[in-house]
Amino acid sequence: MGILITGLLLGGTYALIAMGLNLQYGMSRIMNLANGEILVAGGFAAFWFWTAGSLSPLLTIFILAPVAFVVNWLIYVIILRPLVKRARSRGQLEVDAILTTFGLSFVAVGIMLATFGGDYFSYSYLLSPVELWSETYALNRILAFVAAVIICGALYLWLNISRAGMSIRAIAVSPDSSRLVGIDVPKLAALAFALGGAVTAVGGALISTFLTLDASTGVIFTLKALVIVIMGGVGDVRGTIVAALLLGVLETFVARLIDPGLTLAAAYLLFILILLFRPQGLFGRRQS
Amino acid sequence: MMRMKSTDYKALSVSIVLLLIAICLPWIVGDFALTLAVNMAMFTVLATSWALFSGPTHYISLATAAFFGLGAYTMGLGVDHLPFWLLVILAGLFGAIMAGIIGLATLRLSGVYFVIFTLGLAEMTRQIITYIQNATGQKGILISIWFEESTFYWMLVALAALIFLVGWLIGRSRLGFALRIIGDDEEVARHSGINTALSKVLLFMIPGSVAAMSGAIIAPRYGYIEPLIAFTPMLSFQVVIMALLGGTGRLWGPLAGVIPFSILWELISASFPNQTTLLLGLSFLIIVYLLPQGFVGLLLKIRAKIGDGRGY
Repeated sequence: MGILITGLLLGGTYALIAMGLNLQYGMSRIMNLANGEILVAGGFAAFWFWTAGSLSPLLTIFILAPVAFVVNWLIYVIILRPLVKRARSRGQLEVDAILTTFGLSFVAVGIMLATFGGDYFSYSYLLSPVELWSETYALNRILAFVAAVIICGALYLWLNISRAGMSIRAIAVSPDSSRLVGIDVPKLAALAFALGGAVTAVGGALISTFLTLDASTGVIFTLKALVIVIMGGVGDVRGTIVAALLLGVLETFVARLIDPGLTLAAAYLLFILILLFRPQGLFGRRQS
Repeated sequence: MMRMKSTDYKALSVSIVLLLIAICLPWIVGDFALTLAVNMAMFTVLATSWALFSGPTHYISLATAAFFGLGAYTMGLGVDHLPFWLLVILAGLFGAIMAGIIGLATLRLSGVYFVIFTLGLAEMTRQIITYIQNATGQKGILISIWFEESTFYWMLVALAALIFLVGWLIGRSRLGFALRIIGDDEEVARHSGINTALSKVLLFMIPGSVAAMSGAIIAPRYGYIEPLIAFTPMLSFQVVIMALLGGTGRLWGPLAGVIPFSILWELISASFPNQTTLLLGLSFLIIVYLLPQGFVGLLLKIRAKIGDGRGY
């Protein structure tokens, strides 16, 4: 029971991170392999504001989100849009995007190593225990989970109700047809990319309250987010959330019962099963 | 069946001369240059075999480090029981089998799944080996044999020559032709009766096997292997960059990337050891924006321009 709840709490934060990646890959069609570095940068920001200004990470995210939004928008417009324009096919864009975002991720790691050094960083924030169903959990994990639920819920509603959100989902389904019904695809793709980056950075700030990060851990989170997005189905918000919770629970089981060093292996086990049996995602329909 | 044209003879004689020069290198250069040459030979092996698969298919494989580590561990675990040469062959066999399994699981699907899968493969294998070592109380493996630096070099040059030969033969075979079609348009390939998944899996077994063999050959050079040494994820990225920098359009393309990048890497890691990641990142960006076809593409473009000027 304790493992299940810890897993669900972790999965909630994973859902937020994967949602960020899903906005970038599913909606604006850029496979962003620098996603994990945005997360780590968000974590660094939370760490820095807490240690230098003792500003609560829950408040930091209100500063972080707009900054990350602008930074990611600039990355898309300056660096990635030329690739979108130059690409003759989806496959070529994918290869170019993968190489470019790899480049960006290494540059980001290099810069973070130069500014913060290679040390692990963690801080204690709201470590007070909370009792739930006769088991104790750290308050920071619960708060991160609640914040993730609120943000995920808001995003879900926005994507389903607002005009911009629905247009973004239309791009995810078919970029060519959405242009025909008068959707400004380049503008909204940039918006989705920037929003995805902001969500990821916020996820990073939340996750840094209870996990230890260092400058080069980004790639692990990128991988986990990718596994979640593929498992849930690319562009599928509901699938992402379910997949994230599943991964969170599985990882916690493996970490508690077998070995904490095997969390990525656990994610890979899920990934292989999905690739073999449901490559279209948990809720996806098989394409004919 | 194997009819050779005059250009083939020309290419063959140039290759033989270059190979002879490469073989004589250890007698010419000093110790430091020889160490660099061993690295270059290793990366030539890895990048050329990488390009055999990723060049025509455009699938970016990041599994090199995983295969390399597999080979190094095959050597480490077997060196006290079996002869060196047998272990190298065994490592190649294991690499091919592992590549076959990975290929069967991922190459049926879109290329992105393949990239993601290979991205974490080395890290996952490392986690599992570390776990097994912790469970059995083992730490690292000491490798009891040792060779001269020049012996390592010659073994790798021989392997490289073998890969060039294999690559040349594949280019002329039905499989090579099928792969070029797949690279151009997979749909067309499927409609003309090519088993696309099988062709890709077969081809992927080459870099897998070769990387495992080079891991096995190099392992005695480390003397002592542990998961962090055998499975350095950086290796996969270095190979990708060198191959793309050189260009995958020609068999010799990766070599044109290996030589300058190895020297640059050596310089940077000697004077700014913390900035190697930054160098990797910038190299990726330079390749995408300035050299999408690598040095080979640049050369062909320049040659075409000169040709135009002459008014042919």
